[in-house]
Amino acid sequence: MSGYWAGILSILAINVIFAYGIFLPVATGQLNLGGAGFQALGAYTAAYLSATFGLPVPVTVGVGMVVAGVVGFLIAFPILRTRGVYLVLATFAFAEVVAGTILNSETLGGAMGMSVPAFIDWDVPVITAVAVTLFVFYLMSTRFGLTMRATHDDEVVTDLMGVNIRMVQVSAFAIGGALAGLAGGLYAHSFSFVEIQSFNALVSIYVLLYVLLGGTQTAWGPLAGAAFFTLLPELLRTVLPQVKTFLATLVGIEGPVGPPDDSWRFVILGALTIAMMVLRPEGLITRTLIERLRFRRSAAPKEQVA
Amino acid sequence: MLLIQQFVNSIMLGSVYVTVAVAFTLTIGVLNFLNFTIPTLFMLAGMVGWALAYWGLPFGLSGPLPWPLALFFGLCAAILASLVVERFTFRYLKTRYGDSTEHAIPLVSSLGFLLVLENLVRIGYGTDAQRFPGPSADLTMSVGGIFVRIPQLVSLGIVVLIVVGLTWLLKRSRIGRGLRAIAENPDAANILGVDTNRVVPVVFMLTGLLCGLAGALFAVNYGEVSPQMGEDIGTKAIAGMVVGGLGSIWGAVLGGLIVGLTEMMTIHFFGADTVQVAVWGLLLLTLLLRPQGLLGHHSIGKGKL
Repeated sequence: MSGYWAGILSILAINVIFAYGIFLPVATGQLNLGGAGFQALGAYTAAYLSATFGLPVPVTVGVGMVVAGVVGFLIAFPILRTRGVYLVLATFAFAEVVAGTILNSETLGGAMGMSVPAFIDWDVPVITAVAVTLFVFYLMSTRFGLTMRATHDDEVVTDLMGVNIRMVQVSAFAIGGALAGLAGGLYAHSFSFVEIQSFNALVSIYVLLYVLLGGTQTAWGPLAGAAFFTLLPELLRTVLPQVKTFLATLVGIEGPVGPPDDSWRFVILGALTIAMMVLRPEGLITRTLIERLRFRRSAAPKEQVA
Repeated sequence: MLLIQQFVNSIMLGSVYVTVAVAFTLTIGVLNFLNFTIPTLFMLAGMVGWALAYWGLPFGLSGPLPWPLALFFGLCAAILASLVVERFTFRYLKTRYGDSTEHAIPLVSSLGFLLVLENLVRIGYGTDAQRFPGPSADLTMSVGGIFVRIPQLVSLGIVVLIVVGLTWLLKRSRIGRGLRAIAENPDAANILGVDTNRVVPVVFMLTGLLCGLAGALFAVNYGEVSPQMGEDIGTKAIAGMVVGGLGSIWGAVLGGLIVGLTEMMTIHFFGADTVQVAVWGLLLLTLLLRPQGLLGHHSIGKGKL
């Protein structure tokens, strides 16, 4: 396998795990705009353990996951007291505080970043991503997954039905944090280098958009969203220059056309977001869609008319 | 003496935060909507202003424009962009299923606009920071050993005027009554004859105006614009708004000034790297200890976006 495809597979696997980390809180109705903070925690824990103590990869990644999960659990209690706009702002602030703290920490390399000695090939993230995907599918099929969905749809009724919604929300947030930390640890080892600039606010925004555009009703959503938006830029990398050259010849410009700008893919991501929110705000993959694919009669009111 | 100078500087810096924070708080207060395009509108005014002052109008319609005119067009661009945002974030979004992340739809759309506008500017003008050709002479005034730059003083005056004018608009005018009615209860306001489709764009026009002005003042005062300039200012304005209390205009004023002061004092005592931690720590602390902020009411933004 060529290095190009190996790189793409690694980043795809990491993005899928990261997207599931954000999916779990969003599936209980809490927008988590602090994904980069959890990812940074996992990545820096793994990097530090690997660089300082030379621990093996499973240990460093595992500890990074636990650290992110525990931090998620601890901050979930105060943060989940807030709701709506406040929750979004609080998670956003959390990520900024993590980034700021790492930036000022000399043991973690500050603004210079940190190199990670142990390297993992594409197979480790891919196998982990498959395992995480199966885990989340299983989780959504359990009673806990059912209470998560119920909490998302109506908190008050779920509470009245005797579900401890606070427990559900805190667990989902903490497990999500742990998965984001896992993605961070794998990132650190796959790229052999971590710097805090690669865990900025935009990363949190992207991953939330992957999840919301994919759809939060089923576990298929984040998978589709992350896969689509990881592979789209690669497709654009080959298609965009041709389109640009074509347009240039159409207008009558001869000669070389500038290389495709990385910015275009973000323009497309943003435009798709706007269009999706107008046309299909519940995300690409919904429960109804999946039921229809299985040739089952849907529970949605539209089908009952017939 | 140095400390007093820092204090004066922090008020000057805070006045930019205040303007952007007021824009944030207005959309949240009236529409319960955290508008993430605000940093981009701020940047758009500065960048369009720079481009017109540097190159002139597109398609060779004119040579480089004088900077005040260029900034005026930048301001208009911000207002126009804000009205486009209104069309696609607010007008078409109707709740369909009523689940709990549904309030987030305008917020997510505005994140989409953030990506589109910022990256279009990058594609058009490049990613580098550019020097803005402001007033040529270094207009500095010394009052008892404290240095004050005249453009900054003028901007402070403009900011005070805007905030007073906005308060008057909200309290006294017909449009303001409509806005407050929508803030209270959109459905009831509609029934009582407030035309939502005419009043809501006013919020976005004001947002564009405030951000455009802040961007123009920033370009003149600091002499530099870049596609990234909105991110830092925007996040600090959010912090200011939260500290002051969501939905409260005077809260945003107070919060913006507090953030400016925190930033300057952190730089003075601990160095520039700790600013982010200080400002965001302040925000996190406010959210945990007093979520309604210093001057806010508890109801706004709670449970809804």
